[in-house]
Amino acid sequence: MVSKTMKLNIKINNKFLKSLWESSGMIIIYLGLFIVLSIFVPYFFTVRNMVGLALSVSMVGMVAMTMLFALASGDFDLSVEAIVAFSGVTAAMVINSTGSILFGIIAGIIGGGVIGLLNGIIIAKAKINALITTLAMMQIVHGLAFIVSGGSAVGISDARFFVLGNSRMLGIPNPIWITIIMFIIFGVLLNRTTYGKNTLAIGGNIEAARLAGINVDRIKIIIFTLQGSMAGFAGVVLASRMTSGQPNTSVGFSLDVISACVLGGVSLSGGIAPIAGAIVGVLIMGTIQNAMNLMNIPAFYQYVVRGLILLIAVLIDQLKQRKRN
Amino acid sequence: MLQSFMYIQQEINAFMKPYLEFKSVRKTFPGVVALNDVSFQVAEGSVHGLIGENGAGKSTLLKILSGAYYPTSGEIFIDGKIKDFHNTKDALDAGVAVIYQELNLIPEMTVAENLLLGHMPTKSGFLDRKEMNKIAEGELKFLLENISPDMKIKELSIGQRQMIEIGKALLHNARIIAFDEPTSSLSSREIKQLYKIIKELKDKGHSVIYITHRMEEIFDICDEVTVFRDGEKIETFSDMTAVDHDILVNKMVGRSIEDIYSYRPRTHGEVVLDVKDLMGTGLSEPFSLTVRKGEIVGFFGLVGAGRTEFLKLLYGAEKKVSGTTFINNKEVNILSPSKAIKEGMALCPEDRKDEGIIAVRSVDENISISVRRHFNKFGIFLDRKKETENTNSFIKKLDIKTPSKDQMVGNLSGGNQQKVILARWLGENINVLLMDEPTRGIDVGTKNEIYKLMYNLADEGKGIIFVSSDLPEVLGVADRIIVMREGKFVESVDRDDASQEIILSHALPINN
Repeated sequence: MVSKTMKLNIKINNKFLKSLWESSGMIIIYLGLFIVLSIFVPYFFTVRNMVGLALSVSMVGMVAMTMLFALASGDFDLSVEAIVAFSGVTAAMVINSTGSILFGIIAGIIGGGVIGLLNGIIIAKAKINALITTLAMMQIVHGLAFIVSGGSAVGISDARFFVLGNSRMLGIPNPIWITIIMFIIFGVLLNRTTYGKNTLAIGGNIEAARLAGINVDRIKIIIFTLQGSMAGFAGVVLASRMTSGQPNTSVGFSLDVISACVLGGVSLSGGIAPIAGAIVGVLIMGTIQNAMNLMNIPAFYQYVVRGLILLIAVLIDQLKQRKRN
Repeated sequence: MLQSFMYIQQEINAFMKPYLEFKSVRKTFPGVVALNDVSFQVAEGSVHGLIGENGAGKSTLLKILSGAYYPTSGEIFIDGKIKDFHNTKDALDAGVAVIYQELNLIPEMTVAENLLLGHMPTKSGFLDRKEMNKIAEGELKFLLENISPDMKIKELSIGQRQMIEIGKALLHNARIIAFDEPTSSLSSREIKQLYKIIKELKDKGHSVIYITHRMEEIFDICDEVTVFRDGEKIETFSDMTAVDHDILVNKMVGRSIEDIYSYRPRTHGEVVLDVKDLMGTGLSEPFSLTVRKGEIVGFFGLVGAGRTEFLKLLYGAEKKVSGTTFINNKEVNILSPSKAIKEGMALCPEDRKDEGIIAVRSVDENISISVRRHFNKFGIFLDRKKETENTNSFIKKLDIKTPSKDQMVGNLSGGNQQKVILARWLGENINVLLMDEPTRGIDVGTKNEIYKLMYNLADEGKGIIFVSSDLPEVLGVADRIIVMREGKFVESVDRDDASQEIILSHALPINN
């Protein structure tokens, strides 16, 4: 009874809190979570663990930036995990055969970009559902990764390539810097360019966007091409970290990325995509995983917890939408 | 049907006793009052008509009665008891059934299954098909001839399906049955059957609410009629012999026609739009048309006459098969909406919600969506300052009622959403404006503002084509009226030669 009236009071009286909650609810939740974990989990709030945590989410973080655009436009992409594997293998093979690190990196990115372009063309022009298209593409590309590599890891002989994934700048590992730079680039793209605004418009109402003169097909193709390129680049970075291209890596990675975005308040029905929220979503997923590891919670239970968190996030999204209507 | 005998008995005892009563019912949405302090009663065993223009509040009232909306304030009484409907199930349980224009039947299932959906009879856990067909047959006997319970819904005509809906309501023991424009897609024979059933329902003591746009139906079937306008109840007439067509229209409109349309004549310049032999899906023969600068051309026709399709072909939103378009004597090859906009042609679509606004984005973004390309830096980066200036100037100019430019468009009223779409195009250098049902579902005051805006644009020398299903509006606003029927151009009638009868005679299908 008491708590009910309290809730009501907060709801009605505190407009400021309400708007803060609307705009940055997840950030507040994350800060709370972070403080609690810092107090109760030993070794959690140490420089070593913080860097480890950031490194562990850097891959998801990078790809989340482009996945955000796919989700913002009302689509999504399940093929990124296969692209990560394929591009890593491709980069390794190209470096080994040409001796050029630059060629290897470019081959990985372009390889991913071409797959993304194909996704985009099929979805935009042939009007095939993104779920089916990218699911099929995931299997095809996974198969290609195995075919190209002959089914086993491709070791890289040139150690200079490992700098990309393993060196540090100002004490912070390169993949974290890369993720931060991507966050800035895609944040600007989303909020400060016509490309970003048109993406949101398409996700909000595709027919209205088309009739308002937006070239919907072109935007969709760009979204998926960028998505593929980014996944390709992430694959290259991963290969550098692991010193080899591995065809069977990253299973379940696509759903991790989508989960993180949704957790950060990106709407699955499109049109609403806070980029800061996506980063927070990535951090929440990573932080909980990290804390569970520190607390020695067995991996089997970790799956259950992660699934529950995602369910809760989707429920919150649903509640917000109902309120909008 | 033992119950029905009891009801007849009751009816004799308590004829015209109010069975359903609305007391000071009010419903508001953000920025708009949909229903304001509405009170009236519906007697037992009577048919109560509701009339009013689009947006007058009839549908909102029906949604409150069916539990789909919850009133902001006010009460509903049924049989003297106060009722509180939180959802449609509450209303059904209280004996209220609403038969909407779009019927809620499952086409692939049988008549019997649809009739008994949700409470099919079972025998030791399994479906009792025999019992189900028996119940269905009993109900069908009353409603329809020559329909077996085993037939699938998809094999039935619209009129027959409506009867199945009525059957569903009766099987739910509905005492109050509301019809929302039930005759809009029925043949004249089906209408007669519907009337017959409604009379029988009435005789059995049911209370019937009947919403229609067709005035003659009110006099055919209603015992009482209540007129709505702008969300308010204007008057209830309990004696149908004391009213006639003109009185009702007067109450519905509430002001003279000239006041609403405030038409002003203007001179027309050179040809701004010249369409030659445009052909594509939705048209049954090539279509040609010219529009002069400053001319407002109204398109009238029945639903499905091809008006919307014509606009979409012209705008490049649908693929044309053939045809050439000239704007200001220059041939333009319009293959997509973005090309149309670049050539100075814009469209305000028919379905505001599905094709016009982007509900989850702000007023600012909805207005800037197209025009921002003129402000861009390096072709891609937004110029937020110019966008804001542009948006704010149109919010002021068009008097868009919104708390701020950052408000989600989905939260605005229909009229303000339409203004947002107009503002989207006013910033562009438009020569030709296409408007599809620009005032549908908008209150009379805002309608008037939109007409004035159209006149102003015409004064500036733009050509305007507007499609409307509201015949008085077409007659009141257009300089020239084009009538379409079954995908064909039928007639072009000048304003001074036009009348309801002439336009309708061209628009209605020719019966052989």
